[in-house]
Amino acid sequence: MTDAMSGPRGAKPKKALSRNNIIVYGTLFVVAIYYALPLYVMIVTSLKGMPEIRMGNIFAPPMEVTFQPWVKAWAEACTGINCDGLSRGFWNSVRILIPSVVISISVASVTGYVLSMWKFKGSEVFFSMLMIGAFIPYQVMLYPIVILLREAGLYGSLSGLVLVHLAFGMPINTLLFRNYFASIPEELFKAARVDGAGFWAIFVKIVMPMSLPIFVVSMIIQVTGIWNDFLFGVTYISSPDRYPMTVQLNNIVNSVQGVKEYNVNMAATLLTGLVPLVIYFASGKLFVRGIAAGAVKG
Amino acid sequence: MAIADTGSTDRQLAAGARRPNRLFKNLNSKIAAIPMIFVAMVVFLGGTCWTIFYSFTKSGLLPNTNFVGLDQYERLWSSRKWMVSIENLGIYGFFSLIGTLVIGFTLAALLDRKIRGEGAFRTIFLYPFALSFIVTGLVWQWILNPELGLQNVVREWGWTSFTFDPLNNPDIVMFGLLIAGLWQGTGLIMCIMLAGLRGIDEDIWKAARVDGIGTVKTYVRIIIPMMRPVFVTSLVLIGSGIVKLYDLVVAQTSGGPGISSEVPAKYVMTAMFGGQNLGQGFAASTMMLLMVGIILIPWAYLEFGGKKRG
Amino acid sequence: MSHSVQIKSLDLQFGAVKVLKNLNLDIHEGEFLVLLGSSGCGKSTLLNCIAGLLEPTDGQIWIKGKNVTWAEPSERGIGMVFQSYALYPQMTVKGNLSFGLKNAKVPKAEIDKRVARAAEVLQIEALLDRKPGALSGGQRQRVAIGRALVRDVDVFLFDEPLSNLDAKLRADLRVELKRLHNQLENTMIYVTHDQVEAMTLADRIAIMKGGNIMQLGTPDEIYNRPQNIYVADFIGSPSMNFIEGQYSNGVFSKGELSLPMTGYEYVAPKTADRGATIGIRPEHVITGELVSGAPVKVEVDVDIVEPMGSDTLVWAHLAGKPFRIRMDGSARVSAKERLTIGIDPSRASLFDTKTENRL
Repeated sequence: MTDAMSGPRGAKPKKALSRNNIIVYGTLFVVAIYYALPLYVMIVTSLKGMPEIRMGNIFAPPMEVTFQPWVKAWAEACTGINCDGLSRGFWNSVRILIPSVVISISVASVTGYVLSMWKFKGSEVFFSMLMIGAFIPYQVMLYPIVILLREAGLYGSLSGLVLVHLAFGMPINTLLFRNYFASIPEELFKAARVDGAGFWAIFVKIVMPMSLPIFVVSMIIQVTGIWNDFLFGVTYISSPDRYPMTVQLNNIVNSVQGVKEYNVNMAATLLTGLVPLVIYFASGKLFVRGIAAGAVKG
Repeated sequence: MAIADTGSTDRQLAAGARRPNRLFKNLNSKIAAIPMIFVAMVVFLGGTCWTIFYSFTKSGLLPNTNFVGLDQYERLWSSRKWMVSIENLGIYGFFSLIGTLVIGFTLAALLDRKIRGEGAFRTIFLYPFALSFIVTGLVWQWILNPELGLQNVVREWGWTSFTFDPLNNPDIVMFGLLIAGLWQGTGLIMCIMLAGLRGIDEDIWKAARVDGIGTVKTYVRIIIPMMRPVFVTSLVLIGSGIVKLYDLVVAQTSGGPGISSEVPAKYVMTAMFGGQNLGQGFAASTMMLLMVGIILIPWAYLEFGGKKRG
Repeated sequence: MSHSVQIKSLDLQFGAVKVLKNLNLDIHEGEFLVLLGSSGCGKSTLLNCIAGLLEPTDGQIWIKGKNVTWAEPSERGIGMVFQSYALYPQMTVKGNLSFGLKNAKVPKAEIDKRVARAAEVLQIEALLDRKPGALSGGQRQRVAIGRALVRDVDVFLFDEPLSNLDAKLRADLRVELKRLHNQLENTMIYVTHDQVEAMTLADRIAIMKGGNIMQLGTPDEIYNRPQNIYVADFIGSPSMNFIEGQYSNGVFSKGELSLPMTGYEYVAPKTADRGATIGIRPEHVITGELVSGAPVKVEVDVDIVEPMGSDTLVWAHLAGKPFRIRMDGSARVSAKERLTIGIDPSRASLFDTKTENRL
């Protein structure tokens, strides 16, 4: 007689490398190379000298590392008559970015607060209009805004561009805050009202301290969005002196006469991408959460 | 009726409580909503109506109210550049839509298989999304450079007849843009798909296993139909992104070679700010709005038409 | 007795839906009033109106002789305790207790005094520096009560305060709440869907349905003399047995069943003949040795027996209708048995079948 306990017992032995696993990891690695390659190419190209680039292997690591292209891109590259490099665009972008982000987050958070806790007759209608507006191609609204800004005397200035970023950043950020605040229990809001807190007191003392993550998420979205903008910069800034970094980068790379300095171009490209990249790698999960929250409508 | 009347006199006599004016009720929240109301009504709605209105005029360097009916639209549709733009957008849109959905879902499904290093893979797939289209366009312009880029490297490896030169070949230039566009945008869709997959009840997988349904079949027959809302969201995102395609073209090809990679958004920009031809710009942008409408109205109808949502 | 809270012909509409319909309610000073009803009956809505968190469409609310219909919640002299506790998560217990006082610009020394006193009453002194996240459900609920307590309010409003707690804790806190009411003697208005809470806590219960008050009375009145079939059916577990039949000349009859209503207290002095429904509580059915002394004896067929330990629930048939009988836990009954039971008409309830009101 065989023992009743013979045959399979206990945990099933696992194969370390099953056929499925090889397919899964293999695919992921190949795809990961496609995604990682451009960043790698940017870095190695920006560290090579021109003679080495002309030898023609863009994937080869630099034989002789030089930081000269970075220095040139930052401080010497020319756009039009200005030859003080991308630093000019960088500081323009910073000057656009800071007020845009601060004001748009303030406005959007208060608007989201109104839409989630202090609804009034018609507030939802305006919100729907705002969200529909987010899907209208920007080109449709570009020229009327030129007129509005010209009337206000702000056309061509950095402040005008800040206002444009405020308007176009409003739908996504308002949605973000509104949905987050709507998840705060209504009873908390009622309790605060019974405790005698008014509109601003509830916002500052109850809602804001509970919502730090969403402020960070909104900041990430705004910083990357505004930093990466090209269309509004090129439309509403009239003088090359005040171009934001992306516009200046495009001008440096695409409108050079004579010999193209690919290493300088790639250094400039990397420099422009550095701010959003740093934010991306530093914020990790919050970035993912931000885009997921923004994408999945509420 | 009589009782109700007594009630209201009673109320008027009552001390201590005055009915606040309707308009001033919630005054703080109404003041706080002014920026939203301004943006929604003046900038978005007002701006859109303005542009549509002036697309029927003969506006040139400056907007004017010299009405010409549908002339601008007739000129638009008889312009070769516009036709090329529309055709390009069709090609780019079709392949971008399919490509993004397939790649995005496949990557999400692979990452959902409880693999090691999921975080690292996700970080790699998503980082391009943090970069601007200008940066994306310039990098791929360099990688696809025929003399010094990818083509040259492969030839040096020994495959001397290898030809991949999309940025200089009018027939395939849109695919050059597509490579860069997919690189930049698939990470976002992957993330949304992954969130959708994570939202599916574990019990579904258990039930499928008990029923002996294979992994691939489970995805195709059970999981994908369950993820309909996620696919719809992705579709809307990809669709509205495609219509906006502009920065990438400017950076990577500047519309070239010739006019072979022109797109509608670029046509609008050139007409409005480069060609002193505002009327054409307005008409072309109105057509873009129409395209978005064609994508969005069926979606809005499906999403909100049947049921009323609070 | 003086009035504490008065609701005068209150109406509330959300769009086309009428949530409260011409509602009138007088609540006495120091009374513990429970608003009882199933979900959607308007009980929480009414409480929110009293608190000033919802605006009535028409009608008035008076608190302590003042019309507060349009006053802000904080100006009404009310404190409110919520089902989810609604403690501010980022503030300590002390911060939670003093938030309302700070908003009212009460001097700091006074705040400290009142917080200390409330903490003592509720025995939460040791928790003052903790955040709500570090408290148990019962402790959180105590803090929530404390938040109303420190503000020295006239009226306490409770919105299902115990329904998020487990059964044992709920029973404990129920007793504590009763003790608190005895100690403070404030007016308390308490919303619940749990009839045990209502019966045990209330001085008076208002049973609500569809935005109306179906009956307002002491727990005893509600239980023994329900004014209509709805109330009779709602209160009591297992619920009352109803038999639809005919009333004529002081006798209720249905088929072979005939019950002379001797000793029954009628609402109106003279009651005309009509279609009637009799309601008999399962626990009012006379069984065992007492049957011999019962005014009316009936034979029923036992269907199913559910022993529950302390008592036994017997499912039988009477006059062709299912009929529940609550017997002592020691009673030995088996299915398919024929059982003789006794009915005391003076403890039954008689309703007009058409109007559903008590006769």
